[in-house]
Amino acid sequence: MELQHVNVKMFVDGPMNVDAERFIEIFHAWIKDHALDGLLIDVADYRHVPAGPGVMLIGLEGDYNMDHTGERWGLRYNRKAALDGTNEDRFRQAVNAAAKACHLLEETLASEGPLTFSRQEFELCINDRAIAPNTSETLSACQPDIESFLSNLLGHHDFTIDHNPDPRSLFRFSIKSAKLFDLKKLASDLTQ
Amino acid sequence: MKTSNTLWKDRLNGQLPPQMAEEIDTFETEIELRRQGKLDEVIFAETRLRRGAYGQRYDNGQRYDGHETRTLAYAADKNTKGVNTVWDAPGMLRIKIPYGGINPKQLEVMAELAEEYSDGIAHVTTRQDFQLHFIHIDDTPTIMRRLAAVDITTREACGNSVRNITGCPYAGVCPDEKFDITPYAQALMQFLLGHPDAQNFGRKVKPTFSGCGQHACGLTAMHDLGYTAQTRMVDGKEQRGFCFVVGGGLGAVPFQAKVFDEFLPMEEMLPMAQAIARVFGRHGEKKNRSRARLKFLVKQWGIDKFKQEVLAERAKLPHDPRWTEFLSSIDSDIEKPLKPPSDLPALNGNEKINRWLKTNVRPQRQPGYSTVTVALPLGDLTADQLRSLADILRTFTTGTMRTTVEQNFVIRWISNADLPEVFEALSAVGLGEAGACNILDIVACPGTDTCKLGISSSRGLAAQLRKKLHEKCFELDEVIQNLHVKVSGCFNSCGQHHVADIGFYGVNRTVNGYQVPHFQVVLGGQWENNAGSYGMPIIAIASKRIPDALDRITDHYLRLREENESFQSFVKRIGKATIRQQLHDLTQNAPAYEQDPTFYTDWYDPREYSTGDIGKGECAGEVVTAYQFAMTDAERMVFEAQIHLEENKAQKAGSEAYASMLKAAKAIVQMRYDDVSNDAEEIVEEFRERYYDTKLIFDPYAGGKFANYFFAAHDKAEQPYTEESARHTIEEAQLFIEAIHACYNRMRQEGLSQT
Repeated sequence: MELQHVNVKMFVDGPMNVDAERFIEIFHAWIKDHALDGLLIDVADYRHVPAGPGVMLIGLEGDYNMDHTGERWGLRYNRKAALDGTNEDRFRQAVNAAAKACHLLEETLASEGPLTFSRQEFELCINDRAIAPNTSETLSACQPDIESFLSNLLGHHDFTIDHNPDPRSLFRFSIKSAKLFDLKKLASDLTQ
Repeated sequence: MKTSNTLWKDRLNGQLPPQMAEEIDTFETEIELRRQGKLDEVIFAETRLRRGAYGQRYDNGQRYDGHETRTLAYAADKNTKGVNTVWDAPGMLRIKIPYGGINPKQLEVMAELAEEYSDGIAHVTTRQDFQLHFIHIDDTPTIMRRLAAVDITTREACGNSVRNITGCPYAGVCPDEKFDITPYAQALMQFLLGHPDAQNFGRKVKPTFSGCGQHACGLTAMHDLGYTAQTRMVDGKEQRGFCFVVGGGLGAVPFQAKVFDEFLPMEEMLPMAQAIARVFGRHGEKKNRSRARLKFLVKQWGIDKFKQEVLAERAKLPHDPRWTEFLSSIDSDIEKPLKPPSDLPALNGNEKINRWLKTNVRPQRQPGYSTVTVALPLGDLTADQLRSLADILRTFTTGTMRTTVEQNFVIRWISNADLPEVFEALSAVGLGEAGACNILDIVACPGTDTCKLGISSSRGLAAQLRKKLHEKCFELDEVIQNLHVKVSGCFNSCGQHHVADIGFYGVNRTVNGYQVPHFQVVLGGQWENNAGSYGMPIIAIASKRIPDALDRITDHYLRLREENESFQSFVKRIGKATIRQQLHDLTQNAPAYEQDPTFYTDWYDPREYSTGDIGKGECAGEVVTAYQFAMTDAERMVFEAQIHLEENKAQKAGSEAYASMLKAAKAIVQMRYDDVSNDAEEIVEEFRERYYDTKLIFDPYAGGKFANYFFAAHDKAEQPYTEESARHTIEEAQLFIEAIHACYNRMRQEGLSQT
């Protein structure tokens, strides 16, 4: 099963200490400064929508947003363009893109929030129901790739995968690691 | 962009209505032809607009970053999807929801599409459509297929076509209506969708239906075609019809519609719309886009001459059984409740639900039932909310909901005892906010967020006003709570600012040498009586000072109003000059840039303000005549014939090539004879008489040679095609199509063309 359009949410650790309006300013600056890989196009403000996508940074290959879905803040990266390689490669690219954005936000907001992202928990999802319908069959088919990716990513096998079985939902699962991971490392050397 | 597009095509094969499937396949081929440079970008632009695929801000590949305009490096594909419109740039897809009617399954599909192809948000528009933003053009055929599988089309959602037919969201349950307009709106939508007589306009046509004259529900006065339900007694029997008005519209120059017929019998509803389409297609302005709406033709001719021309055209129309067929089953599909009628239980002073009951719930005509308005902030909601709404509809109703022109939803047929439970269910997903249709429920067009024409941030201003009002809305005097506020990002009035109590539209002013976003304050509009009158701009105020302006206007009204005086009457009595004077100081003493640079930015956009991002709008579409569309079809068909031949399908290739010749011949025949049918014999005979016998088709050197290819192909059409004969037919079809183009150009040069 070839998975594409990987979507990652890195959760904010603890309460949100930053007014979400601040992300509008930061995302505009990222466009101007080409702060992330790929073409960044525009900022969309959805703070008025309860439990919504918050503030979005629209890109060509992928979108980033400070997301409030499920009433839980986090940085989401949604890969839109298809990628060559293996499923592990595509998971790795998405986690790397999200981690880079998280790391950059932590640095930018260090003196204001501070804003800290979880070092133990994140969510992965495949944003395409035709490729990955949210079924137990999809989970069975993907589990080896997911576990292999996670053990390589985290450097251990001490993690849990919690799959959301709602058939109307995207194929989505949350990962909890028993040990802290290094966000900066996830943001830097995953592509090697 | 999505790798699953072919999967969806296979999965939905055979599950779509055949005509919709064919249309989407055609559009997909047109995308491919454009990508290969075989379809002109102007024609492709209008083609995609008529499929609902619209441009978005920055799609010219340029974006102002607050200091300078920079090129967005869309490196992957240098192709264009319209003049100065980059292929890979995200666009908007408008999805037609006739009279706003939508069911749970459709909501779930909308949720999936918002999640998978857009930014997770579905947006309800001021014409009861849905819009998805940041869509890639390559994904649009798949989205259209997934919509078609639940009976939704994007066809003619944009471009110079008959747009979504809007209608009162309370139709069928309103205590004041004459009758339920729903099946009539449905019939008009089905009749005009893709109708050959509605393909040759210089601009769009917007129809609407209202069940009564006194409320705002249908806003008939501001539409090109407005139908208000009427009844009369004839020989002791009640007869249904419409007060039919034409030539209304907002935009930069708003017009109130004129009465065409005080009582248009329903048997005449469809043929009269067809006759108007023909007259507008033939006589409406095509070159000057700013004067091409129907309202200008009605103004230029006067309603009497317009009516005379339309009635003359009506008399000439060949009979179409569809004009009255729909009437035989007109009341067969009436919505029914899921639960028996009931009474609202006692609520023990719960303030939140009491507010909600007061502002969001209305009794239906049917005792024991209510409608519930779901207020959507700025018309936006998430995929999760759409799915929750689908669940709520299934739990409490038979699946009956409408979108509204105030960018909300109306759920119908809620048994009154269920209202507290509905409130809880809506509140659990952030949809239980009170204040529907009051001052908090501000309507705003997309403005500078995504629209290429946006001057100021209408959504930014609306969000700021909402934020400010949210804190105190229910402490305000009730007359203030009941005001309607609407915001447009420019003068084009997509936010319907002309019919608000207090409207705003975006303009630009230079202050201290810097551009500063402003809004014109529009007062005196009337929402009631189907948009009974339009407001006028009184003063332009900097965007950041508009919240103060709103406070002053409402305070002034509260202090000086007479008993039971409406806001509109108040403005009329006190005079706009007085109100302008009250606001005048807000236009003075702007802070120096160094003192307050935020004054020189727009709401929630930190970039120093500029109008440099404004592009050419696509509201007007491109003027592409019915002839050009038909010829584009003919060219696509001859291209597809080549593909069939490559796949060793000689019979299919030859037939398609012949069909392309028929298409081209019909296209040019129709320039002189509207009513030519699809019958091949008739097309050949009409073509022979009008173009061959007259030698109009004759090439200066080759004479009638290319026309003879057509006649020969027609004579052999029943014979089987070999690979060789199919190849010859394709080559001859290509030459014949070229000959038609050449003939058309000669006729234009000689002034013989009617288009």
